[in-house]
Amino acid sequence: MTDASVRGVGGEERDDFSRAESKQIRARSLRLLGSLVQPMRARLVLSIVVVVISTLSQVAGPAIIAYGIDTGLPALLNADWMPVAFAGLAYLLSGVVGATLIAWFTILSARISQAILFDLRKRVFLHTQKLSLEFHESYTSGRIISRQTSDLDAIRELLDSGINQLVQGVLYMLFTAIALFLLDPASGFILLAALVPLAVLTRWFQLRSQRMFRRTRVASARLIVMFVETMTGIRAVKAFRKEKRNEAEFGGLVEDYRDANARVIKLFGVYDPGLVLIGNVAVAVVLLVGGFRVIDGGLAVGVLLAAVLYTRRFFDPMEDMAMFYNSYQSATAALEKISGVLEEEPSVPDPEQPVDLWESAGAISFEGVEFGYTEDRPILPHFDLTLPAGQTVALVGSTGAGKSTLAKLISRFYDPTRGRVTLDGIDLRELHPKDLRRAIVMVTQEAYLFSGTVADNIAIGKPDASREEIEAAARAVGADAFIRGLPNGYETDVNKRGGRVSAGQRQLISFARAFLADPAVLILDEATASLDIPSERLVQDALQTLLADRTAVIIAHRLSTVSIADRVLVMQNGRIVEDGSPAELIGGDGRFAQMHASWRDSLV
Amino acid sequence: MPSRRRTPTKEMVMEAESTATSTVAVLSRLHPFVKPALPRIYGAMVVSLSASVVALAIPQVLQWMVDGPLADGDASQIWLAAGIVLTLGVLEAVLIGARRALVLTPGTYVESRMRNALYRQLQDLPVAFHDRWPSGQLLSRAVSDLNLIRRWLSFGLVLLVVNVLTIVGGAVILLLLNWVLGLIFVAAAVPVMIYSFAFERKYSDVARRSQDQAGDLATSVEESVHGIRVLKAFGRSRYALKRFESQAEQLRGTEIEKAKAIAGIWLYLTLIPDLAFGVCLVVGVWLASTGASSVGELVAFFATGTVLLFPIWSLGYFLAMTLDAKTATLRFFEVMDAVNTIEDPAEPRSIADGRGELSFDEVHFRYQDAPEAFSDLLDGVTLTVRPGETMALVGLTGSGKSTLTALASRLYDVTGGAVRVDGVDVRELRRDELRTRVAMAFEEATLFSQTVRENVLLGRPDATEAELREALEIAQATFVDELPQGLDTKIGEEGMSLSGGQRQRLALARAIAAKPSILVLDDPLSALDVDTEALVEAALRRVLATTTALIVAHRPSTVALADRVALLQEGRITAVGTHAELLSSSEHYRFVISSLEGEEARERALLDDERDEDRPTAERTEEVTR
Repeated sequence: MTDASVRGVGGEERDDFSRAESKQIRARSLRLLGSLVQPMRARLVLSIVVVVISTLSQVAGPAIIAYGIDTGLPALLNADWMPVAFAGLAYLLSGVVGATLIAWFTILSARISQAILFDLRKRVFLHTQKLSLEFHESYTSGRIISRQTSDLDAIRELLDSGINQLVQGVLYMLFTAIALFLLDPASGFILLAALVPLAVLTRWFQLRSQRMFRRTRVASARLIVMFVETMTGIRAVKAFRKEKRNEAEFGGLVEDYRDANARVIKLFGVYDPGLVLIGNVAVAVVLLVGGFRVIDGGLAVGVLLAAVLYTRRFFDPMEDMAMFYNSYQSATAALEKISGVLEEEPSVPDPEQPVDLWESAGAISFEGVEFGYTEDRPILPHFDLTLPAGQTVALVGSTGAGKSTLAKLISRFYDPTRGRVTLDGIDLRELHPKDLRRAIVMVTQEAYLFSGTVADNIAIGKPDASREEIEAAARAVGADAFIRGLPNGYETDVNKRGGRVSAGQRQLISFARAFLADPAVLILDEATASLDIPSERLVQDALQTLLADRTAVIIAHRLSTVSIADRVLVMQNGRIVEDGSPAELIGGDGRFAQMHASWRDSLV
Repeated sequence: MPSRRRTPTKEMVMEAESTATSTVAVLSRLHPFVKPALPRIYGAMVVSLSASVVALAIPQVLQWMVDGPLADGDASQIWLAAGIVLTLGVLEAVLIGARRALVLTPGTYVESRMRNALYRQLQDLPVAFHDRWPSGQLLSRAVSDLNLIRRWLSFGLVLLVVNVLTIVGGAVILLLLNWVLGLIFVAAAVPVMIYSFAFERKYSDVARRSQDQAGDLATSVEESVHGIRVLKAFGRSRYALKRFESQAEQLRGTEIEKAKAIAGIWLYLTLIPDLAFGVCLVVGVWLASTGASSVGELVAFFATGTVLLFPIWSLGYFLAMTLDAKTATLRFFEVMDAVNTIEDPAEPRSIADGRGELSFDEVHFRYQDAPEAFSDLLDGVTLTVRPGETMALVGLTGSGKSTLTALASRLYDVTGGAVRVDGVDVRELRRDELRTRVAMAFEEATLFSQTVRENVLLGRPDATEAELREALEIAQATFVDELPQGLDTKIGEEGMSLSGGQRQRLALARAIAAKPSILVLDDPLSALDVDTEALVEAALRRVLATTTALIVAHRPSTVALADRVALLQEGRITAVGTHAELLSSSEHYRFVISSLEGEEARERALLDDERDEDRPTAERTEEVTR
């Protein structure tokens, strides 16, 4: 049974989960961890074998010293060098084997942890790409970024040193304990008794720190959200003198994060010395009991020495183990958040049995479609609409009339609440994503450029395009001239000039992208808004050629675009209120005729 | 997604090289941030050292016990010995606790101070700096790097110093216990030290690379989220993943290289003490057999040596941590050392009465990294916007209109000439004052994830409710009342997806609400539909009657708002006049702004079409193409 309150990213900002919720979250993050470790089993076994041998040879140390003193010394007094030489060689050998294997193990475990991280990075990246725009709009980019950076850092810390510490530490303690039992069972039992307070202390730490670590993850995400937002919007921050206010707010977030961290650290500050204390008391007890037994003649001095050394050594990795446990707790908190994101189901999922569509004609049809983010507030009430293949449709209407929403349904950014949208008769939800994206491309008003060269950015339309194709696309939309005017032409790094390719130029680049992609259905959502009139004219000329043999949906406020359309749809409050050829509508007395008249007036 | 050759920029590398000195010199730059915590760090070292002394004392008690009570069979002394060991043990735990209490909380304060300082510096640095630096690199510095430094300070530094001192102290004890065995042990340190130097060099290099690559990866993540619409629209998620994968793969390679370097030093640090111990064992037993040493001495020697093993092994770990902290510090100071080219003047002037005159006097501007062969982007712009006047700025895409507007509020500084507000050079004003007088609306409306109210009142948080309403009404942004919580709706976090036009109107309302004496609007209406645009324009006229304004315009309708129009062409203002004047006098102006000619042609085509109405669609389209 699952609790909806903490499904996916629900309840992410809380730290006061109920027992059941906590269990559910733990279970899902452990499942994730399990699935990450699963493919590494073989390598994990190898590395454990390596570390077992290496730890064995390290643990042998005190025993060899005991042998050297208890057997070698009396033998040497009888001029017998053999036992001493043997002890010396054995010690050297154990040293070489132990050290070499430890080094090998370090590399092995790095490979494992890096493979796990790599896997996890890819999974989160791909999954966030799959999640719908709806999710992204509400989750904010900063949080996604923090999941993929600082949360992954926490997991990296665990894997980096954690595996080493855990495997080595556990084995070291295990073997030390076994060696102690073999050497002197009585001391072994004393050690065993010491495990009881140790377990109690650990449980206490676990319960307390779990909550604190969750708080650190939430605090760090908030910090990152604000940091990213400030840097992305630095122009507005400066222009409106937001710096001081930001400083105060950011300072508050930094303090929250610091406080959360400090609390965790304080808990650990009790846990760690607590472990040392338990270990030292055990050593004293072993010494006390052993001392009496030596006097009674029940125990050799060398054995007592070894027993004390072993007891001491048993607790040596304790600090490491505590640190492992600390990073484990921190990583689990991060894993909880990440597994939450991974648990989010894309509201626009890929089809389970995708239908291929190798050649698309480009006929779009809405059948009984309704759309709304919530049940009670429909954005687009029930409607039917058919766009025959090859038709160029202009979509007009005031802001917020639902034009973009309609366009987003065609490009499957959203799925309809009711009814279906089809391409050549195939429901978009069943269409293979590769075919869907090849057949339908949307160019939006915000023309985002990725870092890289101008050519790279155009090539997003068709990753395997040749330079000729890229330049041809740029020429076709009239972007060629300005690109050649850039310092390195097509090879200009937009990162270096990123702020300086003007909004209009960015739109031209994104047009070239679409041109290169050569889709059967092209959707232009306010794609020419930032262009100056001469550029717009060029683009429109290009569009005439470009749209000749494909279906197109054009959303534009400037009605000049309408002249290249075969059909105009006027939208108002989510409904299509007029539908006809441009000439028909201009000639009529409807909304479009009014809009067109006022637009004509606005021209020179 | 395009290939990302985001190895640090040339400047970044040069900055790094110029400061690449010894580890100690780099880390000592942290001093100003660490200073308040220093007494406690020193205290922690003392406490921690005491803990080590206590740990080292335990074997000495063992020696005394083996050679004394155990040899004599004196049972009463055993209680004493165990009691001392217990006391020492408790003391050690208390001291470890004290070390943590002393140093860890102050460490978190150091981290906070550095993070706040970095944020302050980043907000202060000019836009040109942000153009150059990928934001993922900044983020990784602000989060991961500072985290590393904090942990090194409160943990690595203390334990490194203490462990080295413990090892030195232990070595002295070993020498005192038995100088022959002690010497063997000390001699073993020489190769370890030699190897450590080589390790430092190698590891620093890899650590730096790994941190830079992590920053690049963060940048990729950011871009993949910010550009999600493009990636989705073109179905390029897989493609983006491939790019991301190759970067992640690089980072993985670097991390494994790092692990190999660590494995190398661990090999030395475990092997060499073990070898020394092996030799000591043989020699020690031989010495005992000749009577040159006692069994108790041997026991103490090995017990002491065992106590030293862990500090020795951990040296590798702490050394690596120190080097990580060093490269993180270098990265931190690359940002902190960046010279702010746009600062407040030392002796700021003030504008007594703001009439609101904005003038550009022979203004030159070029971007720093523009090749020399290119002429200045703004090549001697001279233009005066009179108080109360509305000036439209017209020019082709990429002609430098947006850049020119950015100069007015000093987002960039001119490279020649001057921009003056009410006769005062903008560089002589405090930025705060300047930006109070000049408010901007950008074409790309940036909204922050705060409430609508906070977003609109960004420039004047203390505005009254009436002023807020007025601004919203002028910008036709009253749609906000229909949002779930009206003005208190948080943008961005409540599933609010505003359209481009809505965002632009909020940004416009923000500029208006700031009540500046000069309003600079960069194509503020581009995303609005015709009706809304007309409404905004009508309302704007009221504001513009009393406010000086410079408006970047693409459309004739926006130009119509202006009293005069300035034409920007090839870096200069080539014509200033009313719309009608320019239409008749400037051919370039007609080319840039006039759509009439083209529209009439289209209109005719449309009417021709009408006659062919009954022909099927496909054919018609074909005809247009021909």
